[in-house]
Amino acid sequence: MNYLVPFLEYLGGVAALAFRTVRNLFHYRLDFSALIYQIASIGSRSFSLVALVAVFTGMVMALQLAVGLGRFGLKLYVGQVIGLAIVRELGPVLTSLMLASRVGSGITAELGSMVVTEQVLAIEAMGADPVTKLVIPRVLACVISAPLLTVMADIIGVYGGMAVAVMEAGITSKFYMDQILKTVILEDFSQGLMKTVFFGFFIGVISCYQGLTTSGGTEGVGKATTQAVVYCAAVIFVSDFFLTKLFLLL
Amino acid sequence: MRNANPIIRFKNVSISFGRLNVLNGMDLSIYEGETITIIGGSGSGKSVTLKLLLGVLKPDSGSVYFQGRDVTTMNEKELIQMRKQFGMLFQGGALFDSLSVKENIAYPLREHFDYTENELDRIVAKKLSLIGLPGVEQRMPADLSGGMKKRVGLARAIAADPKVILYDEPTTGLDPANTQRINRLIIQLQEKLKVTSIVVTHDMESAFMVSDRLALLKDGKICFVGTKEETKKSTDPTVRGFIEGKMTEKDREEQMAGGLNELL
Repeated sequence: MNYLVPFLEYLGGVAALAFRTVRNLFHYRLDFSALIYQIASIGSRSFSLVALVAVFTGMVMALQLAVGLGRFGLKLYVGQVIGLAIVRELGPVLTSLMLASRVGSGITAELGSMVVTEQVLAIEAMGADPVTKLVIPRVLACVISAPLLTVMADIIGVYGGMAVAVMEAGITSKFYMDQILKTVILEDFSQGLMKTVFFGFFIGVISCYQGLTTSGGTEGVGKATTQAVVYCAAVIFVSDFFLTKLFLLL
Repeated sequence: MRNANPIIRFKNVSISFGRLNVLNGMDLSIYEGETITIIGGSGSGKSVTLKLLLGVLKPDSGSVYFQGRDVTTMNEKELIQMRKQFGMLFQGGALFDSLSVKENIAYPLREHFDYTENELDRIVAKKLSLIGLPGVEQRMPADLSGGMKKRVGLARAIAADPKVILYDEPTTGLDPANTQRINRLIIQLQEKLKVTSIVVTHDMESAFMVSDRLALLKDGKICFVGTKEETKKSTDPTVRGFIEGKMTEKDREEQMAGGLNELL
């Protein structure tokens, strides 16, 4: 009981914010310059990190698979497995995790400090709506940039895998790419991207909620930021399973 | 003045956070054109009173009237319309860090009116000269001192020519020179703009300097309201304690207990 009530309260709070975000999106004029600014800052903040994670994921997979598949004499098929794994699963999930840690924490810290310095109250007091002014541009920016970053991660990851596959599995780069193009279909790619739209929404709403409910001064900002990253990561993993199942059924 | 209808009226307002009763049946009437100061110790619910008035918080029971309309039952659109008539100076200024001084002051104007850039420049310059800081339009809040931030915050509060200005601890954390400056600004604005002002503070000197009337908030109720002279002459022990900066024996015990609880 002690955990259940705060947990349900939290879920209710996040759901209410998600609802208001979507509702206000259609009710109020969207601040385009704020949206563009957010997308640009998310992109510049996370691209290098996402690229680094993607290239090394591709590389380590090639290394492992060259050994693992080699035991069955299937070394030649390294490309197919890497392609499927990255495009369907690792690209979307790892990119979203990086987005949560890099951007989600930033959003929470920014909104959290705005709350403790009464800037959010100031917005309300001046007759403006904090959800429209602060939450919508950030959530939309996450929703738009998550798939964009994932496309880049997919490509970079596949090429990272190729470099190592050529060196360790002894296959040519042309063969590697042919294998991937033959196996990975557009559906794999689009299902992976669709997931990141949801992940982006979750990251945006959860980090904004954490930021807006910050209390307890600067110490509270630190706490809220850590929590935002943890909750985003947990939600990404849990929803990943259900979203994957859902898209497979469709 | 007393015979007129109050512009703002708190009627039997109660609010609690968790188990903490902050306001407990508070009543207060505020009249157009006056400056009233609400004094009270830390955590007595002074800032909560301002938030209730703006409709940011909803009371558990009771009503808050602004120009005869109940704030607690307004919907979002009505609240926004009402808030247009308020300007608020926050404790730390609450300037938006990401915006320049000009954009900060122009914020309420952009929100509610369709001024051209030239008109905005002119209004912002006028408000800045009113608070004695001409020419700082392009500076960022991080480059301003504490006192300057408060004055820019004040310029933003009066940007949209509000009917009512709310001051939340206007002099807290300022050096004596800046405190005097803010006090003088409050009085000047009052004379020039003929607005209704509500000041929330525990700085008695400032309270006596700027206000027409004082109200003392204690135990969730307004336990004393009176003009400056009435307040000075009051024999009520709580009022006297506050004026002379002394705590009653009960307050001291409570504060000690509170402090110990926080430590444990």
